[in-house]
Amino acid sequence: MNQYLKSLLEKNSAFKDPRVHMFANIQLIRSIELLISEKYEEQIFRCPVHLSIGQEAIAVGVSMHLTLNDKVVSTHRSHAHYIAKGGDVFRMLSELIGSPLGCCKGRGGSMHIFDNSVGFMASVPIVGSSLPIAIGLALAEKNLNSKNLVVAFIGDAALETGAFYESLNLAALKELPILIVLEDNGYSTFSNKSVRWPASKNVRETIQGMGVSYLQGNGDYVEDVYKNVSKIISRVRSNQPILLNLETFRRYEHCGPNLDDKLGYRSKTELESYLERDPLKILEDKLVASGVVSKIIIEDLVNDIDGYVKNSFMSMKIHNNNYLAEFKASH
Amino acid sequence: MSLTYTQFINKAFDESLRDDARVLLFGLGVGDVGAVFGSTANLQSKYGSDRVFEIPLSENAVTGMALGLAIQGFRPVMMHQRADFSFTSAEQIINRVAKTAYMSGDIYKVSLVIRMIVGRGWGQGPTHAQSPHAIFSHIPGLRVVAPATPMDGYHLMKESIYSNNPVIFIEHRWLHQTVEKANNEIIMPNINEARIMKSGIDLTLISLSYGVIECLKIAEVLGEFNLKVEVINLRSIQPWDKSTVIQSVTKTKKAMILDTGHIEFGLTGEISSVLYSELFNSMSHPILRFGLPMEPTPSSAALAIDHYPSIENMLQKIKIHFGFKFDLKDAIKIFVDKFPYKTKHQDQPDVGVIGPF
Repeated sequence: MNQYLKSLLEKNSAFKDPRVHMFANIQLIRSIELLISEKYEEQIFRCPVHLSIGQEAIAVGVSMHLTLNDKVVSTHRSHAHYIAKGGDVFRMLSELIGSPLGCCKGRGGSMHIFDNSVGFMASVPIVGSSLPIAIGLALAEKNLNSKNLVVAFIGDAALETGAFYESLNLAALKELPILIVLEDNGYSTFSNKSVRWPASKNVRETIQGMGVSYLQGNGDYVEDVYKNVSKIISRVRSNQPILLNLETFRRYEHCGPNLDDKLGYRSKTELESYLERDPLKILEDKLVASGVVSKIIIEDLVNDIDGYVKNSFMSMKIHNNNYLAEFKASH
Repeated sequence: MSLTYTQFINKAFDESLRDDARVLLFGLGVGDVGAVFGSTANLQSKYGSDRVFEIPLSENAVTGMALGLAIQGFRPVMMHQRADFSFTSAEQIINRVAKTAYMSGDIYKVSLVIRMIVGRGWGQGPTHAQSPHAIFSHIPGLRVVAPATPMDGYHLMKESIYSNNPVIFIEHRWLHQTVEKANNEIIMPNINEARIMKSGIDLTLISLSYGVIECLKIAEVLGEFNLKVEVINLRSIQPWDKSTVIQSVTKTKKAMILDTGHIEFGLTGEISSVLYSELFNSMSHPILRFGLPMEPTPSSAALAIDHYPSIENMLQKIKIHFGFKFDLKDAIKIFVDKFPYKTKHQDQPDVGVIGPF
């Protein structure tokens, strides 16, 4: 878990409930993404960003099962995966502004986030191409007899690439400890699945037919995600590759800081469905309604997390300015 | 003990697998009866199928898998029996393998060898005879090497396996039957350095891979006319050994470059550009370049004769271009007598050159 969140959650015994951990993780990701969205027009984040807003429950529900030594491979939409795996907010924001203090020393930007100190091994923005690397990581873990597993987050469009099928075949052939988490948000940029997949496509049969186990579930309810992963994770650790297919909703535009409702490629009904699907709101309502934590405590938690993200941003700016000043003085 | 090139590669694999448990070998044919032209013979039975193994026909994913293994500390060697098949994995090689160390802020060390065998002759044709050294040399983050002799193959393979960078290992099929005596007294240059195969003062011939064998033949023929030709075996293509080449041409004032790839946008242009920049006023003649024309390699043996630069043709061009006084007919006769073609089609390797090199 993210180090800041860990210390925050240790402060109050009311925070022991794992559902509060889930909430705090989603809130942290949400606060970061909203900050990026808000500050983007300042032109400080000078790289393409693919925000995770709406899709956070999957990253969190999966990653809460992972140890530090388990490995994660992500895509162009990597922020949620990185933070949920225990990534550092300062280092991620620094990477987005191209600072040498970033997790890739400013060489990778948002689309190539990597931090092996938390087992976050690579983000690969060429769709589908992350899977072969995940296969290699998993084969290494198996050869080393480590009991660590590899999680590869992919989107629905990955199922249109050759790399996906080549990798699935290898996962089954080599019996690898790999969990492929398919985040199906229904869109590749602006294109709905209906123009990319035949109506007759059967994902379950496709995956199972290749010798990989398959489980399908809801990606909006973080508790559901968590429970589904509970069912299968020990099987993955004993070298049974599994694909977990979860439906989710990408709230923002494919690439960039804005909502893109006005473009009209998603119907009004579809967009309004988000009101019922927002993972953060769903969980918050549930926590309050079931009396796990009070509305006031939730507000305190949100304020703390939001404040931390804003402070990280300020601190990142200061550190970066200091670095630039030193750099200029020494050149 | 004399060994063929293939046996030397096998020895390099065998010793690396024996010495370092992190070394893995895989590719199409690695574990089958052909054993990649014999180069991986007996290794699977000796080291087990976890370390030496056959792959599915998924070159793209297997390249990414090799990268995943490399960033976990393994030293994989992946191989293609024809370099042309590596193009199915261009995405992994160019976007992933080449850039991973850089994008990680140099935290990852990618020790990965991709061995690519270049075909020629006997109808190999458009998609089984390409030498992609220039293509991969254009990609920052990749090292490209191309041995020319059996001992070169042995040393470069071992250095590539132990390198902390991804190495594209370009290997000409026509080298496989060349023979050289194992000689521990020869001190081989390191992976970045060229090797002067023959010293001379009248002309520098620069080449790589099988082209070096052809240059040695040219040098031997011209030697009969008292022309002292220096032959440079580049060995490493990316980076290439500029100082050795510049030093040689400074001395001879004349350079010929022979490429096993196409002339345009390739190795000959790159080397020429540096030589012209460095030695613009001191060369006596413009650089003479040989390589493949801008057409796919034909399958037909008859057409292939004109596609590859022949030694007869190169001798003629060398004479005219540099104004050497030797008799061309005599030179060609000497060449044909010394290195007789095995077939009239000229599409099989001539194993007439045997080391020590």
